[in-house]
Amino acid sequence: MSSTTAQGTKATTSTKDGRIGDILLDVKGLKKYFPIQRGFLRRTVGYVKAVDDVSLYVRSGETLGLVGESGCGKTTASRCIIRLYEPTAGQVFFKTRALSPDGTPKMVNLLELSREEMNRVRQEIAMIFQDPINSLNPRMTVADIIAEPMVIHGKYVKGESEERIVELLRRVGLRPDHLRRYPHEFSGGQRQRIGIARALALNPSLVLCDEPVSALDVSIQAQTLNLLQDLQEEFKLSYIFVAHDLSVVQHISDRIAVMYVGKVVEMASSEELYTNPMHPYTEALLSAVPKPDPLYKSDRIIMQGDVADPSNPPSGCYFHPRCQYAVDLCKQKAPEFREVKPDHWVACHRAEELKLRGVY
Amino acid sequence: MAVAAAPAVPAKRKELSQSYWSLVWYRFKKNKLGVLGGIVLIVLYISFALIPEFLAPYALENRSQFVEAPPTAIQLFDEQGRFQAPFVYGLERRVDVAKRLRTWVPDTDRKYPVRLFVQGDEYQLLGLIPMNIHLFGIDADPREARIFLLGADALGRDYLTRILYGGRLSLLIGLIGQFLTIVLGMTLGVISGYYGGPVDMFVQRFTEFLAAFPNIPLFMALSAAIPNYWSPIAVYFMLTIILAFLGWGGLARQVRGLVLSLREREYALAAKSFGASDLRIMFRHLLPGTTSHVIVIATLSIPGMILAETALSWLGLGLRPPLTSWGTLLQDAATIRAIRFTPWLLWVVPPILITIFAYNMLGDGLRDAMDPYSGRG
Ligand SMILES: Nc1ncnc2c1ncn2[C@@H]1O[C@H](COP(=O)(O)OP(=O)(O)OP(=O)(O)O)[C@@H](O)[C@H]1O
Ligand code: SF4
Ligand SMILES: [Mg+2]
Repeated sequence: MSSTTAQGTKATTSTKDGRIGDILLDVKGLKKYFPIQRGFLRRTVGYVKAVDDVSLYVRSGETLGLVGESGCGKTTASRCIIRLYEPTAGQVFFKTRALSPDGTPKMVNLLELSREEMNRVRQEIAMIFQDPINSLNPRMTVADIIAEPMVIHGKYVKGESEERIVELLRRVGLRPDHLRRYPHEFSGGQRQRIGIARALALNPSLVLCDEPVSALDVSIQAQTLNLLQDLQEEFKLSYIFVAHDLSVVQHISDRIAVMYVGKVVEMASSEELYTNPMHPYTEALLSAVPKPDPLYKSDRIIMQGDVADPSNPPSGCYFHPRCQYAVDLCKQKAPEFREVKPDHWVACHRAEELKLRGVY
Repeated sequence: MAVAAAPAVPAKRKELSQSYWSLVWYRFKKNKLGVLGGIVLIVLYISFALIPEFLAPYALENRSQFVEAPPTAIQLFDEQGRFQAPFVYGLERRVDVAKRLRTWVPDTDRKYPVRLFVQGDEYQLLGLIPMNIHLFGIDADPREARIFLLGADALGRDYLTRILYGGRLSLLIGLIGQFLTIVLGMTLGVISGYYGGPVDMFVQRFTEFLAAFPNIPLFMALSAAIPNYWSPIAVYFMLTIILAFLGWGGLARQVRGLVLSLREREYALAAKSFGASDLRIMFRHLLPGTTSHVIVIATLSIPGMILAETALSWLGLGLRPPLTSWGTLLQDAATIRAIRFTPWLLWVVPPILITIFAYNMLGDGLRDAMDPYSGRG
């Protein structure tokens, strides 16, 4: 199996509006194989390659959209980054202040940290979960839920922290008298706001948002997205924003990474990806994005066949059975994930020669 | 000068927040049988475990000449049929030559009034307050006459007193034993479910071993291993530990199963993502999700423990005299001779049955109230 890594990522690139800075997170060749065990002796008979070579990076202050069909490994990848799952291989570099005594930031490979060190770094990486019902403990009050990260890191100070919790609650649009209530007394959108307040409790620098709005009503989705954007501005957050279709991430992402069966197949700035996609899978996804212009003739690319099975992926390029541009080479050799243009990464043999259709 | 109208004070909104437990309580209250079971148990525990000294007319070991006296009838009418304050007749020994039996018959010449709050044997209420007041008794020298509402045993001791005192050990062995079971079962269950792997394997196989082994022989073997020179109190605690030790397996399996499903809940992952320790995740996030099930299982299995103590003591393997429990009382009652000549010794059975029914009613009520499928939990 091939292992292409995003080597030589530039430390800084054009800063669009000044708020985007250095590389904050740099993931290289991340893999997570879940063993498939059968029988009484629980012999391993194979692996689900849920994440099979993911390389991406996030600059501080920006939002990286991570997009792909259901089951392509987005959740697994984001959980590997914060080591909720132990990755099978790869490197996750993160710029942290938690490990140096004087608080100077330094790049460390999270996968090499001890448990105790990793827990300290977890103050700086927060997670927002997809399911607003399941991600809040039903037996804890809102106050306890938001206080928990502070309590865990010994940063809960009576009085002071309570004020901060009230402030956080206000900031996400809830009322202080909600503090003593339990999660089941809130609507889905409100619960997600509680989850957001909890994520902000320790002033993280990176927030992993795993489909934070996909369980919500469409009317509430936009509100929640706006809130996340406001908070990003206010607290200088960086986001990895997971979503399963491009239309959600379009407006809030500075850059987008597209995943297909455990691999990132294309990564570029949103504008570049929309106007000038270089991977046939991205093109197919873009053709499915609803167009605002009613006169626009729909020419949606209908992909042949099913998504590949991560426990038994096809040879060569995983996308070749469904790719209308596939050639013989695609069946034999896996394409490398390479920087075809500055800041535009693609894993396709024919990236340069194909002229793919974007949206605009 | 115009007086500004006082600003309308917003009526203080009633706190609507309801925790999971207040919802459970609300549902439980609607279950009449469950509430009844709970009340019966409270009454039982108060009267048998807390204040039997006060309720019983005599001290536990207070012997008398009235060997195997039948239950005393409380009289309300004298020989002429006139209504009187409650009184009892004295007892007279009579030998029934035909049956070759010595019996006790009422001596209608001697009357003793029944009184409430009489002075009698000294005791310490709750082990603290020295007292000699008993709920009821008769106005008489105890050497001369006594009141035996449920008869007397072979040493002339009041059987009601013995049942009241015996309840303390029997009822508490259920509670203490179940408490130990819960501690053991929950801890091992949560560790097994959370860590999985070899720990889980070991705990699982061990509980299977316990489940597969027939209980009574195991009880017998373990209780036979208690040295007989130990003090009765040490034997009591050892027995409690044995009962708990054999009982935790089932609970551990249930907790493990629940933890396996809760472990994948995102709130456990969320806690981990914020850097929570394993202990915190297990005891703050996973175990609270199992408490409702554990309470139900525990409530429903306390009767098993009480019965196990009773059965063991009855077999002569549990508590031994001078300790008095329902089991040791049953041992005296369950002989052909006792059933033939002193059938009142079987009065120990109703309290045992009532306790077991009450626990089952309470447990069923709690289960219905906590059922995760009957509402949001
Ligand atoms: N704990 C696990 N054990 C085994 N296989 C797993 C596990 N978690 C995920 N998988 C498998 O890994 C693959 C990727 O799952 P993942 O949840 O990361 O996808 P996803 O992109 O987040 O999908 P969705 O959009 O539905 O959330 C799936 O095939 C899934 O069945
Ligand atoms: S490598 Fe080949 S099969 Fe894969 S996307 Fe490119 S053209 Fe299609
Ligand atoms: Mg997912």
